[in-house]
Amino acid sequence: MTETAIAAAALGKRFGRRGGWALRECTFRLPVGRVCAVVGPNGAGKSTLLAHAAALLAPTEGSLTVLGTHPAAARERIAYVAQGKPLYPQLSVADTLLLGRELNPARWDASVAERIVAAGDLDPKARVRSLSGGQRTRVALALALGKRPELLLLDEPMADLDPLARHELMGLLMAEAAQYGTTVVMSSHVVAELEGSCDYLLLIGGGRVRLAGDLDDLLAAHLLTTGPVRDLDPHTVVESRTTGRQLTALIRPRGPLPTDGGATAPSLEELLLAHLRNPDAPALVLDPARTPAQEPAA
Amino acid sequence: MVEYRIDRRSGVATYVQIVQQTKQALRLGLLEPGDKLPTAREVVEATAINPNTVLKAYRELEREGLVEARRGLGTFVRKSLGTAPADSPLRAELDAWASRAREAGLQRDDVAALFTAVIDEQFSKGDQE
Repeated sequence: MTETAIAAAALGKRFGRRGGWALRECTFRLPVGRVCAVVGPNGAGKSTLLAHAAALLAPTEGSLTVLGTHPAAARERIAYVAQGKPLYPQLSVADTLLLGRELNPARWDASVAERIVAAGDLDPKARVRSLSGGQRTRVALALALGKRPELLLLDEPMADLDPLARHELMGLLMAEAAQYGTTVVMSSHVVAELEGSCDYLLLIGGGRVRLAGDLDDLLAAHLLTTGPVRDLDPHTVVESRTTGRQLTALIRPRGPLPTDGGATAPSLEELLLAHLRNPDAPALVLDPARTPAQEPAA
Repeated sequence: MVEYRIDRRSGVATYVQIVQQTKQALRLGLLEPGDKLPTAREVVEATAINPNTVLKAYRELEREGLVEARRGLGTFVRKSLGTAPADSPLRAELDAWASRAREAGLQRDDVAALFTAVIDEQFSKGDQE
């Protein structure tokens, strides 16, 4: 069995005694060495989930383990960049990196951190408060990657970057993952930004896990079918639309398909949109421990 | 060395694009036996694609016997592809045929259509990968 980066078992979180559930009955497992996309509508619970993995929030019910242990015990091996990219505004860029070194004496890799900052043409003497949003993101990522984490948690990391910086930093993230086997978990709204970079998907909606698993396996588990209007039993229907006499549906096939229609593999965007439009569609959680890593043909 | 160009909108799986572009480079002689493929780190840093995708493509090329991974050193080309290099007699014959086609008044698209039709006839779909 592969090692586990994050495992959640019936994880639930409620803010305050009367508050609603931000997360409920979340169960999934993320193996190490993966690049996982956390996707979901606003308020779905993505940030709450990441904050649990970063040991900043404690579950109300259920449990969450990180790198095989309690999140707080794994803190040294995790880097977390929160959505607001919190940094000390009065510190200079150079002092911020110095802080990273002093706080992580055993792990700090000055060369990678300085390279990220240098690629953005940042003046080391500039104070963080004088930087633009995108420049702050760069410093926050330098701090996170300089720590050489085993697990990197990024909440909307690319939101304020220009396309060039986005491509460069995404490439750098992937390069670090390739070289050191870092597990990366990042939340995002931009499907195009995730496609190609991520190989694991966690779709959250209404505080619950809607889809979880290897991206190729999840895509392979679905089909977009078109054909005459009919009963789609015994297949699981995620979404269906009728136009005149034609029925278009995203299904999880169970058994043979009707032959008088077309069936194509959905794209990531089609898969996500169909699930987002249909919050009541049944969840699908693929556990890599039970379905051994397989490589679908397409 | 090759540089991969990933088209995310093509609908072709990313690892298949890497396999195809490597084979194309082998056919054109841009890669020869003994040449080193870029490391996974180099590919993903330039393209921002997932590292496992590159590894999957390289495994596929290795399975087909085109490259071999040498531990700690990298991935190297084992054999080239295609038996018709640029200076073969076959190319000369094709060249002569093309100039006759041109003299006969055929346009570029006509020639291409004819050529494709003959290829489709000679190499039935089942032969291809």
